[in-house]
Amino acid sequence: MDVKNTPSYLYWLFCQFELITCSYLMEPWEKVLFYSFNLAMLGLLLYTTYICLAFHASSLKINPLKYKNTMSPFSLTPYSLLFTFHTLPV
Amino acid sequence: MELHERPRANGCGGARGALRNGFVRGPPGTQINHIVHNGGLYKRPFNEAFEETPMLVAVLTYVGYGVLTLFGYLRDFMRQWKIEKCQNATEREEQKDFVPLYQDFENFYNRNLYMRIRDSWNRPICSVPGAKVDMMERVSHDYNWTFTYTGRVIKDIINMGSYNYLGFAQKTGACQEAAAKVLSQYGAGVCSTRQEMGNLDKHEELEKLVARFLGVESAMAYGMGFATNSMNIPALVGKGCLILSDELNHASLVLGARLSGATIRIFKHNNMQSLEKLLKDAIVHGQPRTRRPWKKILILYLYLDEAHSIGALGPSGRGVVDYFGLDPEDVDVMMGTFTKSFGAAGGYIGGKKELIDYLRTYSHSAAYATSMSPPVVEQIITSVKCIMGEDGTTIGRARVQQLAENTRYFRRRLKEMGFIIYGNEDSPVVPLMLYMPAKIGAFGREMLKRNIGVVVVGFPATPIIESRARFCLSAAHTKEMLDTALKEINEVGDLLQLKYSRRRLVPLLDRPFDETTYEETED
Ligand SMILES: Cc1ncc(COP(=O)(O)O)c(C=O)c1O
Repeated sequence: MDVKNTPSYLYWLFCQFELITCSYLMEPWEKVLFYSFNLAMLGLLLYTTYICLAFHASSLKINPLKYKNTMSPFSLTPYSLLFTFHTLPV
Repeated sequence: MELHERPRANGCGGARGALRNGFVRGPPGTQINHIVHNGGLYKRPFNEAFEETPMLVAVLTYVGYGVLTLFGYLRDFMRQWKIEKCQNATEREEQKDFVPLYQDFENFYNRNLYMRIRDSWNRPICSVPGAKVDMMERVSHDYNWTFTYTGRVIKDIINMGSYNYLGFAQKTGACQEAAAKVLSQYGAGVCSTRQEMGNLDKHEELEKLVARFLGVESAMAYGMGFATNSMNIPALVGKGCLILSDELNHASLVLGARLSGATIRIFKHNNMQSLEKLLKDAIVHGQPRTRRPWKKILILYLYLDEAHSIGALGPSGRGVVDYFGLDPEDVDVMMGTFTKSFGAAGGYIGGKKELIDYLRTYSHSAAYATSMSPPVVEQIITSVKCIMGEDGTTIGRARVQQLAENTRYFRRRLKEMGFIIYGNEDSPVVPLMLYMPAKIGAFGREMLKRNIGVVVVGFPATPIIESRARFCLSAAHTKEMLDTALKEINEVGDLLQLKYSRRRLVPLLDRPFDETTYEETED
C-alpha cells in the first residue's frame, strides 16, 4: 500500500470502512440509509463544532474590550495580549 | 524414574503445581516427580500457540455485529408490517398462539446475518476433490435467498478446503483401480446389515488390516464416522454413568453422549487440571441425588477420536498416538474415520477384543445399519496398505512426509506474512483468523475470484468474534500450488487488512483456568 494520497488510497480506506461497519454486506437501499444516517450525523457534528467554536472565539474577542479596565498585562492568552497592547496606552 | 520409561496415554495424575498438559520442560527423565503426569508424557515438544485477539479488532468486530443487528431488527420490522416481502419461514397463521418456533437468536442470525454471506458455503463442485477442483458457477438475484446456476463451470480451482490430507481422493491410481475391480465383482450396495447377510469377506479383511494398522487387538468398521460416535457411545455407557467430555468435542461425540442418558461433565479444552478436578469431585460426590457410586466413567479422552489425525499425523501416519510416541494399548477406545486421509467414507473403533466383540453385538450401527459398500472398503484397504508400505512402494510414506513438509511450509509463510494462525504447528488444518463478519464473506469471494477454493467458518461453529478461514493442506498440493495460494492470500490479506498479528504468543495451556467451573449437567 504505497499509494497514499491518491484516489486509490481513498478508495481503499472507504473499503476498510465498509468492511468494518459491514455496509459491504448491505443491499443498496440499506447502504443509502446507512450512509445518509452517517452523513447526517457527521454534518450535525461539524455544525455543532462550528457553532461552539464561533461562540468561543467571539467571547474571546469581546471580553477584553468589554472589561478593558480590569485587564492586566498578565492576562492569559496571546489573544488577550494582543488586545491588551491595543487598549492600554490610551 | 521407572514410570517415565514408557509414557502412558492415560497418566493424568500429577502432584499439585506439576507441569500442565503438554508443557514440556526438558527431557522427561529429568523430572523429580514420581507420578506420571502429562508434563512427562510426550516425547516431543507440543508447540501450540494462540495469539490474543487485538483489542481494537475485537471492538471493531462488535461494532460490525452491532450494525448488522440493528439492520436485522429494521428488516424484521419491515417484514412484519409487510413493507418487504418475507422470504423466510414464519409461524403459521393457525398456530399464532403456540410456542414460537422462529424467534430465538439462531433464527435471527440465520435470516439477518448469515443470509448476507450465504454464497460462501455449499458451493457445488463437479469433479474429484483433489488438489484442484471444478466448481459450478452460481449467482443470486435476490441477495442469497435463492441461487441459480449459470451452467458454466469454474475450472481448476486450487482446493484448500477438502480434508484430503494424503491426497487419496483421486480418480486414477492404485486405489481407483482396485475399487473398480471390486465394484465389478461385488457391485455397489450390500442391502443388509453386518449381523445378517451383509458381512462380506472384504469387511473382515478391512477390520483385520485396521487393527494391525492401529496396533490394537481388534477393530470394527462402520459406514459413517458420525454414526460411529453417536451410536457407539450409547452402547458403552448409559444411565448412572458419568461422561467427562472436552468442551470442544465434535458434534457427533456430543450427540452420542446426550443420547446415552449418562451424566455429562465438561472439562476445559485439553486441560488436564480441569479434568482431574471434575473427576475428583464427581467421584467424591457420586451420582446426583442418589449419591451412589457411578456405574461407569467414560472420559472422552481415553475415547480418542482420531477423525482428522489418522493418516495425517505421526512419522508413519498412525495418528496422534504415533505423533506423541505412545502405546495404542493405553487408549481404551480408538475411534477414527476413513472420510479424511483415506479418501473414502466410514469410521472405525479399535481396542481390546472384548470391547469390540461387545460392540459387534450391542451397537446400533452394527445391528441396524447397512454395511459398507465394497468399493469403498477396497479404497480404504488399498490406501491403508499404501500408508503401511505393504503395497511394495514407498508412496504412502512419501505422502505422509510431503504432508508434514507442506504443513510446516504453509504455516511458516502465513506467520511471516503477519496473519494470526491458531493451533499446533504440525497440524494440517490451518485456521486463519478473520474476526469481522464482513470479512468472512469478502475473503471467500475474493479468494474464489482468484481461483482458490477456501472454507470460511463463522458463528455457530466458532465463538462469535472468532470467525476464521480454514485451510486444509494435502500431500497432493505441489509447492507451486502452495506458492500461488500464498501469493493470493497475501494480496487478499492486504486488501482486507487481515494481518492482525503482533506476535504476542500465549502458550495454550498457560491460559487462565477458572477453578470454580463445576457444571451440573443433569438429565
Ligand atoms: C472429530 C470428528 N469426529 C467424527 C467426524 C465424523 O466423521 P464422518 O464425516 O466420517 O461422518 C468428524 C468429521 O467431520 C470429526 O471431525
